[in-house]
Amino acid sequence: MKPDNKSKVRFWIVMGILTALLMVLAVACLLYGSVDIPARDVFSIIAGNGHENVAWDIIIRQSRLPMIATAALAGAALSVSGLLLQTTFNNPLAGPSILGVSAGAGLGVAVVMLATGGTVSTLLGTAVGSYVTTLIGALIGAGAVLAILIAFSAIVRNSTMLLIVGILVSYLASSIISLLNSVASEEGIHSYVTWGFGNFSGVTVAQMPVFGACIIASLIAAILMVKPLNALLLGTRYAENLGVNTHRTRNVLLIVTGILTAVVTAFCGPIGFLGLVVPHVARFMTATSNHARLIPTTILAGACVALLCTLISVNGTHGIIPINAITPIIGVPIIIYIIVREKIHS
Amino acid sequence: MYLTTHNLTVGYTDGKRVTPILSNLNLSLNRGRLTALLGHNGAGKSTLLRAITCASKPLEGSITIGTADISQLTGRERSRLIALVTTDRITVGGLTVADLVALGRQPHTGFLGRLSTHDREAVERAMTLVGIDHKAQAYMADLSDGERQKAMIARALAQDTPIIILDEPTAFLDVASRIETMQLLHTLAHDNDKAVLLSSHDVSQSLLMADDLWLITKDGELISGPTPALIEQQALEQMFGNPHIKFNPTLLDFQYIP
Repeated sequence: MKPDNKSKVRFWIVMGILTALLMVLAVACLLYGSVDIPARDVFSIIAGNGHENVAWDIIIRQSRLPMIATAALAGAALSVSGLLLQTTFNNPLAGPSILGVSAGAGLGVAVVMLATGGTVSTLLGTAVGSYVTTLIGALIGAGAVLAILIAFSAIVRNSTMLLIVGILVSYLASSIISLLNSVASEEGIHSYVTWGFGNFSGVTVAQMPVFGACIIASLIAAILMVKPLNALLLGTRYAENLGVNTHRTRNVLLIVTGILTAVVTAFCGPIGFLGLVVPHVARFMTATSNHARLIPTTILAGACVALLCTLISVNGTHGIIPINAITPIIGVPIIIYIIVREKIHS
Repeated sequence: MYLTTHNLTVGYTDGKRVTPILSNLNLSLNRGRLTALLGHNGAGKSTLLRAITCASKPLEGSITIGTADISQLTGRERSRLIALVTTDRITVGGLTVADLVALGRQPHTGFLGRLSTHDREAVERAMTLVGIDHKAQAYMADLSDGERQKAMIARALAQDTPIIILDEPTAFLDVASRIETMQLLHTLAHDNDKAVLLSSHDVSQSLLMADDLWLITKDGELISGPTPALIEQQALEQMFGNPHIKFNPTLLDFQYIP
């Protein structure tokens, strides 16, 4: 077999494994939760046959199903966002949370939640106006941080410095949020703190179309950028020599990244580590830097990791464990592994 | 004459301050010939190469390829005329030599960058020509400096352009790889009818291999012409301002004269 075909075969095997894993995790998330529902009843409810236990019916249809969809979409979104940032800034440790994009989106959400004095109480509220305002807040916040990063990346060429700028921006955002907290209503603070833990159960069935459409459209946009993304692997000078308009490409990539991060952050809270870690998992599995293979792998792997986090979070003995308490346990060892390996290779 | 510069002035602009480095250049680059750009550190070699590859705007004058002004071309049109090899190290992991060389086909592929049979053949041919085909499936990170440079040249070759420009292609190489690389570039220029322009600090290898020289003097003048003629005119004496550093035509290199 030609070596080129070997890597293609490897890619399809990885895609197969991830798809199977995604199914298994999705079914597991349907079956296991804080309320015990027998498997037979779960499947009967999914099949569309009503159930005499109305509570079970509501739990499956209004809670578990949307939560699974949210987790899978959010995981894919954050992971692709991380991949795009890593390629754009040519930095393996880039990601939406470490570069402060999530914090920027969070600040936007906080301004909406706290400064409006709780009138726009929470995302869990059903009023359409409330989540749209929050979403716009998140988009503005994420966009502002990305603008700061672009400005700094033109001045500081050093990629480590850019990470530090991102971390400083995160500090600045949380400081402003604390200041906002001191003047906000108690109700506003409560909903903000709950949001900050991160959870995938915040998207209602009614909100799902907006959430899903934003993410799927952005993921398709990312896939259409495969060619310039691959050229950018060689740095901007080579990319330009290959005919890529690097300024325009970078702006499009950052807009896509901003939308992906902002939408997830607005609905699910600031989820750390996923965006940074999953692209590396995808690279490790496919053994390639080719975005035509990396993006689909990252989408599936991101969805799997997010579902795994969800499965752990809903099976705590004392209620739901915050997602942000789980992601570092999966993420930190992988990041340390990457840093050590980079050190050895250079 | 293939690529020509017309009263070209290159240099830096820092805000409102304009610093010209090389002025009034009327140079020509020919197909089927290897041209070496020589000059001391800071003479403006990279600045000139940046202007020719359109990475920066010239302060004055213009550059034409055939009859086309390169500043009027689109990025994609330019990418089919000039291929570039820079000194930038490729740091990204997971990239095989074949992947890298295939990226050179981007100016010829469609929106999603899928390779046709013709593109794959061009990639194979480029790797065979530079002699890196046996490492096609090796990762860039695992190559020696000489092999990495060959892979970068194969990438430029796969781009299938009449002009290849290389910024100090032998800078990090040992003597054997340096000679091999220069020989390779000489052969590519002659056998494939390409205009190859490289900048270098390696005077003796450049004089041995290059058909033409672009020589930047200590006074910021650029003397160009066929290599034997420039050696004959003792043009190389004007490269450095140090009276103790003299050119030895027998050694084809500079040496210290007390």
